[in-house]
Amino acid sequence: MAARDQHGPGAPWPEEGAPELAATNRSSAEGFRAVGQSMRKLEGLDKATGAAVYADDIKLPGMLHAKTLRSPHCHARIVRIDASKALALSGVHAVITGADLPTKYGVIPWTQDEHALALDKVRFIGDEVAAVAAIDEDTANAALKLIEVEYELLGAWLDPAESRQNQLTDERPAIHEGHKHGNISKRVELEFGDVEAAFEAADVVLENDFYFHSSTHAAIEPHCAVARESADGLLTLWSSTQITHYVQREVSRVLGVPQSRLRVIQPNLGGAFGGKSDPFSLEFVVCKLAQLTGRPVKMLWTREEVFYAHRGRHAMNMRYKSGVTKDGKLTGVSADILIDGGSYSSFGLVTTYYSGQLLTGPYDFPAYRFDSTRVFTNKPPCGPKRGHGSVQPRFAFEVQLDELSEAIGMDPIDLRRVNDVGEHTETVNGQRVTSNGFAACLDAVEEQSAWKERRGKLPAGHGLGVAGSMYISGTNYPIYPNDMPQAGIQLKVDRSGLVTAFTGGNDIGQGSSSVVRTVICEELGVDSADVRVVAADTDLCPVDLGAYSSRVTFMVGNATIDACRNLRKLICRGVAEEWGIDPSRVFLGRGEVFDTENRGNPKRNITTRRAFEIAEARCDTLGSTGSYNTPKLGGDYRGGSIGASPAYSFTAHVVEVLVDERTGMITVPNVWVAHDCGRALNPMLVAGQMEGSAYMGIVEALFEDHKVNRFGLHAGPSLLDYPLATSVDCPDLHALIVESIDPEGPYGAKEAGEGPLHPALPALSNAIFDAVGIRLRKLPFTPGKVLAALDEKRAREAASAEEAPSC
Amino acid sequence: MGNLNLKINGDHHPVDAPDHWTLLEVLRYRLDLTGSKQGCDKGDCGACTVLVDGKPELACLLLAGASEGREITTIEGLMPAHRAAGGTGADPVQDAFDRAGALQCGFCQPGMMLSTRALLNEEERPSRERIREALSGNLCRCTGYTQIIQAVELAIHETCGEPVEHPAWAPDQAPWGDAVSTVPGRKGTGSSDTTQGEQA
Repeated sequence: MAARDQHGPGAPWPEEGAPELAATNRSSAEGFRAVGQSMRKLEGLDKATGAAVYADDIKLPGMLHAKTLRSPHCHARIVRIDASKALALSGVHAVITGADLPTKYGVIPWTQDEHALALDKVRFIGDEVAAVAAIDEDTANAALKLIEVEYELLGAWLDPAESRQNQLTDERPAIHEGHKHGNISKRVELEFGDVEAAFEAADVVLENDFYFHSSTHAAIEPHCAVARESADGLLTLWSSTQITHYVQREVSRVLGVPQSRLRVIQPNLGGAFGGKSDPFSLEFVVCKLAQLTGRPVKMLWTREEVFYAHRGRHAMNMRYKSGVTKDGKLTGVSADILIDGGSYSSFGLVTTYYSGQLLTGPYDFPAYRFDSTRVFTNKPPCGPKRGHGSVQPRFAFEVQLDELSEAIGMDPIDLRRVNDVGEHTETVNGQRVTSNGFAACLDAVEEQSAWKERRGKLPAGHGLGVAGSMYISGTNYPIYPNDMPQAGIQLKVDRSGLVTAFTGGNDIGQGSSSVVRTVICEELGVDSADVRVVAADTDLCPVDLGAYSSRVTFMVGNATIDACRNLRKLICRGVAEEWGIDPSRVFLGRGEVFDTENRGNPKRNITTRRAFEIAEARCDTLGSTGSYNTPKLGGDYRGGSIGASPAYSFTAHVVEVLVDERTGMITVPNVWVAHDCGRALNPMLVAGQMEGSAYMGIVEALFEDHKVNRFGLHAGPSLLDYPLATSVDCPDLHALIVESIDPEGPYGAKEAGEGPLHPALPALSNAIFDAVGIRLRKLPFTPGKVLAALDEKRAREAASAEEAPSC
Repeated sequence: MGNLNLKINGDHHPVDAPDHWTLLEVLRYRLDLTGSKQGCDKGDCGACTVLVDGKPELACLLLAGASEGREITTIEGLMPAHRAAGGTGADPVQDAFDRAGALQCGFCQPGMMLSTRALLNEEERPSRERIREALSGNLCRCTGYTQIIQAVELAIHETCGEPVEHPAWAPDQAPWGDAVSTVPGRKGTGSSDTTQGEQA
């Protein structure tokens, strides 16, 4: 089993004998040629010219179009479904209901509670009830109206606090009847150290309530799936998914088709952010309909349907209590969290753990407890959104840290420095921390924002705020227990000079295939134009678990290095045989192959392509595999491995804010984002992830709110009613890359896709405090909330002025 | 013969389509011009933006019948037009978007690039504020717009030599990605003869 420590973070060749390079950054100064270069993306020009194929761009001969009938009720039993009129409509080829796909599914094997189409009851407005395949969308839509469904309405659970109380009646039964804890989806209580003693030892203890609202991914591409079955029963599914492998597992199980006879392909993907990391109803449905009709079937969800599918950020009610000494040292933290899960489990088990387990860095505190409860409600199901489960607690805690710093009169950046957990250590809950660039992140945002000169000194209405965070680079918890690699890769090389990589890694726009290319260019010395990457096709590519938990750069990158090192050995051996020297004397890299002890001999200084030819002649057809699995990680207790990562990334933000005290309007002119990504394999892509993360955090704080009304109906399932920031609303984002060179990451790299979101929201709240002296602990930060808080502050000031003795 | 006659990317297309179909449906599902994307189908996101008589319009809100007799340009039309004018590679806007990292998932970008093309056809050197305004009808969920604005400024720099601020990840001394596009009437590649401090 290949774990990263086999290879170390350095270049593949010995330093002696390596040619000098003109250094343009740290990586090239260390002798790397491809690593550290802002290469174009592998598929960039295809995307730029409109040639890139996304799921809905697929058109197959004879293809039918499918549509879904959705529940208009948020909690009801299905008494009767009659699809006969729909089936009789001209142009309709099949109608299916829950009875056609009765097996439950779910991404986490222990909490499978979803049906592709509702079997006995519906649990939110938008829950899938039936599906139609017809010659075109218009006919399919007309057929939906002809399906008769009789419902028996049940009492709705819309308040998570009520769901936690769990008072079940016949009129209002549990959302998942038969679930052993009623409406409690998952509860996790863990305690490390003596928290009560920690609060005794503190000089200041603060306790506050916080609220984080729900938000959704809103990837611009709606979900889409296309399926085809061949006459001999081979199924092919093209889907806009970020987890090809898990989709293959679940569709195979639900349809009773062996995995070997189900090919899942992810075409170009138009954004995901966690919103395409569950198996979804449409994937099962198009496969079933393709089987029934003998024709290819496509389903494209409308934007409205995407809002119902959701799986977005969980709303959380959080109570945090933290203690600090007068010199700024945290003594202990206690958290009680109520998580609104919506109607299904999705990744909720992990969410519940993450809500507590990922808070234990970048700050060291000797005592910690959390009690997190995820409950079911009759709302669109929540799941993983960028920064899964940890963005909400991070918001609460970082605002509380700001309040603690204010209480003891310490600069908020200094408070964070004092508590930095440092590198090569272990957190209070037993997570191993290796590289840690948090201190450098704080330095970077402090300097770039002119913090010392400006914070607390800006005119009224203008402020700066800081926050920090830590996030995982994948986790050693593989969703379903197994000992196989988390990431596998296969390479093919031949006399043409071309290197082709086959990776199960899902490129969802973050550039994972481009990362694979960078590694290959570095390891084999080829130009970027001579690398192809075939990705996320289960027939062609080795298994990779998918694009989630920020695992791809770390795990796929390491697997690629592993495969390349295996191939290098072959090529160097072939060339060494040809020259009659020891393989250790062959330098292969940077476009050159030469004998390190006889560089002057032109016969022993050849191109990479020539080296491939020699190796193909001497070692036969060339290829290799590589893989990555995490070392054993995590604390020795139940759930101790959830959130245990081979490497943690670190982030600090400073947000600059302008608050209009008359209107309550907040504008954010600047965000400085410093992120320790270990090493920037491609700085352009890293900066893009950092900027995109920061934008997403700021916007969800200011504009977004994924909520339902008192009937459980979504408040506005459109991109107008659920507003996203446009180019005129977006702050200037300043990406400050910090490189700590992780000992186990590929060339030292760690994640960059999710961590940089976390501090945006608390730093914004803290900046608002600096600007106008109000503490916003409840998201989103609407003008109404700002005005109410300002009124409250004025009333408080007036009251204390009255109480003050006159002189 | 179709019930519609559309002029798209310089070609006349007779098309049969239901009367209620939008231009976006005809482009995507009749003519296989799938570069125009559907993100919302109700005019909120801008992913379907095409140029109609040179102006950006939302193809999902325009009935196909209403676009008869007008010049329609889709994302697929930019590279051929650039080649027909003697250029190589893709349209400098497309090239710059790729080089500046503006294409993450890429789904909103056909619309974004066409809005940019329309802006640059109208104004040679728009200010950053003007760029933000011109792109405000196109939602992007990946980038936070920073690399998009940098891409537009790179395209302006390469077509008219306007000085450009390098992003932190592309220091002045390093090439900001080699251009694949050349522009008719200009020597060499788009970047080598104009970018100050680049190309050793």
